[in-house]
Amino acid sequence: MKNHPIRGGVHPRYWKELASGQPIAAFPLPARLSLPLQQHVGAAAIPLVEPGQRVRKGERIALAPGAMSAPLHAPTSGVVHAIEEITAAHASGLPQLAIVIDSDGLDEWAELPAPLADPFAAPPEEIVRRVAEAGIVGQGGAVFPTAVKLGMGKQYRLDTLLLNGAECEPYITSDDRVMREHAAEVIDGARIMAHALGVAKIIIAIKKNKPEAIAIMREAARAFAGIEVVGVKIQYPIGYAQYLTQAVTGRETPAGRRNAEVGVVVQNVATALAVQRAVRHGVPLISRVVTVTGTAVSRAGNFEVPIGTPVAELIAHCGGYRARPRFLVNGGPMMGFQLPDENVPVVKGCVGIVALAEEETARQPEQACIRCGTCMDVCPIGLPPVEMAQLIRKDRLDDAARLGVGDCIACGSCAWACPSHIPLVQYFNHANGALWTADRQQRKNERLRQLAEARSARLEAARQERLAAQAARKARAAAPRQEISE
Amino acid sequence: MSSAIVSLTLLGIVLGGLLGLASHWLAVEEDPIEKDIQAMLPGSQCGQCGYVGCAQAAAALARGEAAVTLCPSGGRALAEALAKKLGVSADLDGHAEPVPQLARIEEALCIGCVRCFNACTVDAIIGAPKQIHAVLSDICHGCGKCVGECRTGAIALQPVAPSVASWIWPKPAAGLAREVAA
Repeated sequence: MKNHPIRGGVHPRYWKELASGQPIAAFPLPARLSLPLQQHVGAAAIPLVEPGQRVRKGERIALAPGAMSAPLHAPTSGVVHAIEEITAAHASGLPQLAIVIDSDGLDEWAELPAPLADPFAAPPEEIVRRVAEAGIVGQGGAVFPTAVKLGMGKQYRLDTLLLNGAECEPYITSDDRVMREHAAEVIDGARIMAHALGVAKIIIAIKKNKPEAIAIMREAARAFAGIEVVGVKIQYPIGYAQYLTQAVTGRETPAGRRNAEVGVVVQNVATALAVQRAVRHGVPLISRVVTVTGTAVSRAGNFEVPIGTPVAELIAHCGGYRARPRFLVNGGPMMGFQLPDENVPVVKGCVGIVALAEEETARQPEQACIRCGTCMDVCPIGLPPVEMAQLIRKDRLDDAARLGVGDCIACGSCAWACPSHIPLVQYFNHANGALWTADRQQRKNERLRQLAEARSARLEAARQERLAAQAARKARAAAPRQEISE
Repeated sequence: MSSAIVSLTLLGIVLGGLLGLASHWLAVEEDPIEKDIQAMLPGSQCGQCGYVGCAQAAAALARGEAAVTLCPSGGRALAEALAKKLGVSADLDGHAEPVPQLARIEEALCIGCVRCFNACTVDAIIGAPKQIHAVLSDICHGCGKCVGECRTGAIALQPVAPSVASWIWPKPAAGLAREVAA
């Protein structure tokens, strides 16, 4: 299948060779696991356990307060040490509530939900319910609750499930390894998701720099009708859902709309694996494949890591640092963020940990914009980064919003390509955060106004009632003689 | 035919003129901008600006007597919107965004007197006589009206700690040497 033309994009050095040859290895059980209550898009989970309580592997320890959320499960057996604030695996490095579990080393399983013998005979709602109960969120890093996405068949007219195996971030190889080593499970998971969505067609898109994965997935998909494995061009950010949809199907998602509106739902290959495990074996999302890489790490590799494992233990397991890292990045270097410290845990959306050595980075002074237009050429969305950054520098956020800063996907292509090393993405991230805060304040003010009006209406009604009662009393007292007007 | 056209035209001119004069003589003195401003203000009547309510603040703004930065609960966004509306250039650099605050009731001190409950203009406090009161944190906007009402000192405004959910990327400082992935 030929790729459709797409806009912009860049070609960074991929560095995949550091870890792509390393098979997924089991990770030794850490002594202590920290599970943040917010590892997903939506409302934070609500703890169901108390300090001192014993939990078993796979047991639900926090519930999802609504559909747009995800529950948490104990990655191993042990005792709840505390529910306390830990440093978040987030660019801010602010504290975040987490359930901290001391492992007892037994790794004893709780009773899991009975496996679905034939998922294709089950109603789609049953699949969606199981995926929601397993706490599965988008494993590509976007951490959107998968069950919500799988329920979109009701809302939109869908025809295709696009399985995202592009893995376009440099360094990261976890999806590559998942496809190479768990091809049959991934395809089974994709078929289960397609059944839940009510679509017949599955396209598996893999970037052409992963020929082994393409060959293995083609072989595994051969047995099933309606599954196509497509090689997509080596270009960053081809793995971005809307961009990939356009490259593979030629359909462009309108600005500010969902991908599902053009009939396509995109799921990551690792999400397909998690769904397969949840539906076929009743295993919730308690571990994930993480790439530990970068030239600062002694031995790069791919590991099946329990959620909540401290990053420091990953580094130690890989033989520590070979050189002092300049940056320790969660996710890839293009869209990832610098970890605030090494003790933060691996969360559900962590695709990899990259320790960048001095020689992989370059200290570049920011210079004045030379208006070369490179950023406009490389923007995959077709935005004018140079104009937007200039407006944001002057705090003209509304004008930047009119130019479309809200459609920025923060892929980093513009900042990567800028010859003047202007931190363009940070301007856009700042602007979108500030605009979002202002919007939230606006909505709160609107609500306050309604409440204030409702209150004065209520007080006025109560006053009228009181006056009427008073008038009635007076009228009764003076009834025979005359009418009293209040 | 022509007489009809002439008479209707004359009638139109005379009546139109009368209407025009009437609208001039009988005009209700109201600044349209005042109404617009009132719609922009939060409307919670909290009184933090020093005026009795949002309507009075809007009138003062329209007359140019009040600064566009007067409303703490509207924040910087409102100040900018007001400056734009009134066509004034507001120096917002000096206008530090106030740290968001929430009222908190110390349960050990609360006697359930409903004074704070009655003072809150947006019903952010729940409670009943002789019941401990509590603040609904997603409604409270930290105006502090309740604090002065409390006889036992049970209410205090507390700054809202920055959280992962509310954090935003800072604006890049210009001209710094930056290190990037090669």
